[in-house]
Amino acid sequence: MTRAIHYTRQAMGYLLKSFILIIFVFPFVWMISTSLQTFRETLSYPPTWIPAIPQFINYVDAMRAGPFLTYFKNSVIITISIIVIQLIVMIPAAYAFAKYRFKGKGILFGLVLLAFMIPGQVTFIPVYLMMADWGIQRTLLPQIIPFMSNAFGIFLLRQYFMQIPEEIVEAARLDNASEFKIMSKIMIPMSMPALATIGLFSFVSHWNDYFWPLVMTDTAAVRPLTIGISMLRETEGISNWHIIMAGNVVLVIPILLVYLFCSKQIVKAFVYSGIK
Amino acid sequence: MDKKRLVELLRPYLMILPAMVGIFTFVVYPIMYLGYLSLYDYNLMNKAKSKFIGLDNFIEIFSRGDFYKSLTNTALYTAGVVLVTLLISLVIAVWLSKNSKFNAFVQAGIFMPHIVSIVSIALVWLWMMEPSLGFLNYLLKAVGMQPLQWLQSSKTALMSIIIVSVWQGIGYYVLIIVAALQSISPSIYEAAALDNANKFKVFYKITLPMISPQLFFILVIMTIGSFKVFDTVKVMTSGGPNNATNTLVYYIYEHRTTNIGYASATGMVLLVIIALLTFVYFRLLSKRVHYQ
Repeated sequence: MTRAIHYTRQAMGYLLKSFILIIFVFPFVWMISTSLQTFRETLSYPPTWIPAIPQFINYVDAMRAGPFLTYFKNSVIITISIIVIQLIVMIPAAYAFAKYRFKGKGILFGLVLLAFMIPGQVTFIPVYLMMADWGIQRTLLPQIIPFMSNAFGIFLLRQYFMQIPEEIVEAARLDNASEFKIMSKIMIPMSMPALATIGLFSFVSHWNDYFWPLVMTDTAAVRPLTIGISMLRETEGISNWHIIMAGNVVLVIPILLVYLFCSKQIVKAFVYSGIK
Repeated sequence: MDKKRLVELLRPYLMILPAMVGIFTFVVYPIMYLGYLSLYDYNLMNKAKSKFIGLDNFIEIFSRGDFYKSLTNTALYTAGVVLVTLLISLVIAVWLSKNSKFNAFVQAGIFMPHIVSIVSIALVWLWMMEPSLGFLNYLLKAVGMQPLQWLQSSKTALMSIIIVSVWQGIGYYVLIIVAALQSISPSIYEAAALDNANKFKVFYKITLPMISPQLFFILVIMTIGSFKVFDTVKVMTSGGPNNATNTLVYYIYEHRTTNIGYASATGMVLLVIIALLTFVYFRLLSKRVHYQ
């Protein structure tokens, strides 16, 4: 009898958890379903669950609504450039903050923390004016160089470097290893998990970024995918939901694919960033 | 020998130089520039025509109803998002805290919205919240309730945006709380079991204090994050209807082309609010938070 109660409770638990899961996954299913419907199907009541004939043409229509190849290319260039530049800038800085003593270190590190707290929503007006002054607002640079110093990354990597025992570094110095070699042969290999976390983080946040490109760009040639998709409502009409959702799927797929294959690492990365 | 010492002395500075150049150019200098702009009636087309007007922009801000409207909206939005998210994610996290494959799977599913672009999320919810054809009203009607106007009525628009933000954020906070719960040593619970403490008491006296550093962290980042809300508003309502969802950052965004000085002054207000929030939280709450 008690066993029966135990199993019923367990089954109820599974059922409720599945229900919660559905709440979070359903909108994505709905997005894909709508993206394959005809315009008429999107208007039906009750709503169409599964389209009679999947309309892949919606994707073609969505991609024809603007220079989507350019948008896609811009998104890729911007995201990759940011990650590469950030790593080059971040690693030596984190190393110096972790392993050297020098005058003004406290104040300079305080500035890093300050940069961590100041959001782009505060600085975007002056930065835009600076970009205009430098004459580069029609290039991709305004979407790349403001992110050259990843304060969060420097902070996290410094923590990681500090955990690497001083003896290892000292031993390498006694062997006459250059500081560059210590960084590339000891520090970097030993902090791969942190670097992966920071890289994944940058990838997700800059691929998805909407605010910064919106306020920095005024021509289609330099806009990324997020802006292109959000403009589908204006170019394709507000009620053409099948086309808008098709564009939306294109935007979501790269992220979801990455998530599907390394959800464990991504989940870990986010947990780590939250606790440290 | 001297040269070598000089290199040693300069090395750390050279190593942090690129990072510091970035921070100075794109954070420190822009903040000073923002402060400067906020004191001007700035003319974008002809800089020579810009006029120093002292604190006039700030006086204007605090005498305008639409500013207070956007400030109130932002505060209401923040309170709504923070309270609801904290409560729901705490419940779900406690529920999913046992280390099992199924729980990890559910967690991964709940987390998914967090890594997807807010543009996609805003668009799909916009479609689901469509008053005549949307899925949500279909559901409401199916269970015999009155359909809502969602984003198209000034009564429900802000609530609708809060729902979307909560839905997107929960997965992340569940993750952090679950990780915190799993790090509590089982021996503490065993001791409580020996004392015959009831479940509610164990949660209130042991679990909650043990995870309070993480809850505190969540509270801070959620409040500050919510004060910056913009993307959902821009995509879903453009601040409407009737300014019902106009928030602080959207307000700055709206004025950024027409009146740079005024927008910059509002940016300074946002900066002060964020700084105050950070400061107050650390002062008030760090005293009550249990640190291991």
